Amino acid sequence: MGDPMRIRAQAAGSNATVRVLMAHEMETGQRKDAAGKTIPAWHITDVSATHNGKPVLSAEWGPAVAKNPFLQFTVKGAKAGDKIAVSWKDNKGDTRTDEATVT
Amino acid sequence: MTQHRVLLAALLTACATGTVWAQKSTAEGIAEYRAMLADGNPSDLFEAKGEGLWQQKRGPKNASLEQCDLGKGPGVVKGAFVELPRYFADTQRVQDMESRLLTCMETLQGFNAAEIARTPFGRAEQVNMTALAAYVSAGSRGMKFNLPNNTVQEKTMYEVGKRIFFARSGTHDFSCASCHAEDNKRIRLQDLPNLTKNPGAGNGFGAWPAYRVSNGQMWGMQLRLNDCYRQQRFPYPLFGSDATIALGLYLGVNGKGGESIAPAIKR
Repeated sequence: MGDPMRIRAQAAGSNATVRVLMAHEMETGQRKDAAGKTIPAWHITDVSATHNGKPVLSAEWGPAVAKNPFLQFTVKGAKAGDKIAVSWKDNKGDTRTDEATVT
Repeated sequence: MTQHRVLLAALLTACATGTVWAQKSTAEGIAEYRAMLADGNPSDLFEAKGEGLWQQKRGPKNASLEQCDLGKGPGVVKGAFVELPRYFADTQRVQDMESRLLTCMETLQGFNAAEIARTPFGRAEQVNMTALAAYVSAGSRGMKFNLPNNTVQEKTMYEVGKRIFFARSGTHDFSCASCHAEDNKRIRLQDLPNLTKNPGAGNGFGAWPAYRVSNGQMWGMQLRLNDCYRQQRFPYPLFGSDATIALGLYLGVNGKGGESIAPAIKR
């Protein structure tokens, strides 16, 4: 299991702004180590978010996304007290889910 | 006619110069870049990891670091960073944040401190050390530096740090002071802080540990100083050595009253 994400969800009018910081190496598979051997690709492939359990975002990511990625999105109709959960899955099958409450 | 042309040329020159002046200074550009990134500062991740490590029972003694005395009593993290380096009676040494954490990892958790100190940055326990440093420094975010600097040992270390800061040596005859002892100096286009006084000392010392976006790494003060020595073509100082602690104390005392923004973000 990966390291924890930081999720901040703030109500803004009738919507909520969600900001997510994920801890991941996001290795592209294009780089070589000091010994000249290719460093195997290791990156997030799928990201999804739910609002009170209902899916609101799903994305496919690849090696072009930066290390320790930052993701921001708006959830329509989310209000204070609602739960926002974000999950990622990487190409090694590792997965992580974290939840935050809209404030 | 000729006079007109001269006037026109002068006007054009003035316009051209005006355009250059209207551009943002590099320092402003870098500050803007940092502000844009600050919202998603990945050092938050290291801080969270460090918090977990602080509470987690680890090491041969299967203990947490929650009884670690960082200078304000066992387990007190809040405000500890802005008073380090300081003298510790139990180890009879002046210690900075990272060397003090190392002491706690040895005495409380039973880790081999010498072995961790020998480990290259960014590997094995040094990764955890950086995360712990991020967590401890975050406990003083927004607070002002106020190193005690009132014991003989601390005052001696300040003097030592000052002399190391100004000592010129190495293949390029560099000292820290070559770049960091005057106002308004820069390297390439980036401003260099004057570390002998505020605001430079507070800004410089108070911004580490920091996440470097360009290489995606979290750096503590020990690694920062190590890199200064690399750039000066000096041999690397040992992790947690008295030389690095003396320098840290010198910078910290000079930065008294400056605000700690650590763990910060660097480009």
